[in-house]
Amino acid sequence: MIATKQKPFEEILSSLEGEQRIFIVGCGDCATICHTGGEEEVWAMEEKLIAHGKQVAGTTVIDVACHTLKVRNVFNELAGQIEEADGLLILACGAGVQSAAQITGKTVHPGLDSLFLANIRRHGQFNERCSLCGECILDLTRGICPVTRCPKGLLNGPCGGAKDGRCEVEPERECCWVEIYHRLKERGELDRLLEYQPPKDFQRTVKPGRLVLKVPPDGIIK
Amino acid sequence: MSTLRQRLDEGRFAVTTEIVPPKGTDIGETIEIARSLWPHVHAININENPHAVMRISSLAVCRLLVENGMEPVVHVTTRDKNRMALQSDLLGAAVLGIENVLVVSGDHQSLGDHKEAKPVYDLDAVQMLHVVSRLMSGEDLSGNPLSGAPRFFPGAAVNPQAEIVELEIIKMEKKTRAGARFFQTQAVYDLDALAAFMEQVRHLDVKVLAGIVPLKSARMGRFMNDNIPGIRVPDALLERMEKTGNREAESLAIARDLIAGCREICDGVHLMTIGWYHKVSALLEGLVR
Repeated sequence: MIATKQKPFEEILSSLEGEQRIFIVGCGDCATICHTGGEEEVWAMEEKLIAHGKQVAGTTVIDVACHTLKVRNVFNELAGQIEEADGLLILACGAGVQSAAQITGKTVHPGLDSLFLANIRRHGQFNERCSLCGECILDLTRGICPVTRCPKGLLNGPCGGAKDGRCEVEPERECCWVEIYHRLKERGELDRLLEYQPPKDFQRTVKPGRLVLKVPPDGIIK
Repeated sequence: MSTLRQRLDEGRFAVTTEIVPPKGTDIGETIEIARSLWPHVHAININENPHAVMRISSLAVCRLLVENGMEPVVHVTTRDKNRMALQSDLLGAAVLGIENVLVVSGDHQSLGDHKEAKPVYDLDAVQMLHVVSRLMSGEDLSGNPLSGAPRFFPGAAVNPQAEIVELEIIKMEKKTRAGARFFQTQAVYDLDALAAFMEQVRHLDVKVLAGIVPLKSARMGRFMNDNIPGIRVPDALLERMEKTGNREAESLAIARDLIAGCREICDGVHLMTIGWYHKVSALLEGLVR
């Protein structure tokens, strides 16, 4: 899921300057899990905005804010409230904000900063393990991604910086290449580390990314 | 032809050293220091943005060394440039008369003075060494033929006292297969450990220059043990520095002992004098022809 963090309230307030009536949109998926844009957070934001002199034209939490058609349906249903608003505050990731911006002609403001694709360790604890690089090498390393977990993204690691097995950049973290070494050694697969890993193909993740599935005549993608 | 390569190929003990170039264009002092070091060494490394602190480019200063009759080792860090810029600058280095190249991945920018910079790391050190070999064979990384192929003497870094020696040797092997012909090591203070390491890598048939950093004080030794990855100053040396009445003399004596020991164990030394540039002749006197 996409980890997000709420922007500092002063920043949000500043972006809403000159707008009186605000419509707040949350997201029922990632932003709910992260406690940045679920029902609770939307209500809390409503209270905060009112306390700072704003009016709230309405609120909604969309199942999945990145689903642009869904957003359009919801915005159509709530057209009356949205029409009354001077601006929309979106408590969803950048994908959700841009869905909204595409659908409505009203001014759209992001209320969150989108951070990373998260693994959920347990409630409230998120860490990044996958950078969506489009060239998965988890088979090589038996499940530890150096593209993400090595700050230098080394494919032929480690570097000379690990101290007590800890990464030079973040000493609280174990060097992922040391982890990979131990895992492969346990499995008797150290030879894999001797294989040269060629340079990454960054074409695979040139931005903006796009994926179009072919839709067969019966309209059902199998 | 790189005289460093020539000397090492002939099996003669080689000495290299390094100078950290300035943050700015006042290059006079660097050239003066280089000139004072030159009679005692066979090549001078110029660091590239070491510790991720922005400084004048290694390539530019290396060219100035060439113009002043000295032989440089240009540092290539993969932190700051993508594969195009790296190849481009390497070709540039070749036409500017620079042959010795040290390839490192580079300290992460979060450790330096431009923490917000975008990390590049398009290539790692092993891949970069492959690129150097590729360019030498007359092709770029995409397989396009070059109009004029460069010649380099490629080197890399290694740490004989790495925490996991087996892993360090795997890396060294990969770097060698990728084209590294010489290695400069992190500071060595334990000749036995160095000898044991050299035994394990003898089969790679590459030249190893052991890093020598004069131990200026026991406190410095302890600081390095606690903070610098892979440096291990033995207690015996810390004691010597604690007990001595003349720290400078003791420090030089220890360094000279290490250099003398390296003559039997490896192919040369890489002096990191940290400000003691003027002591290099005292360090080497009588030890290197």
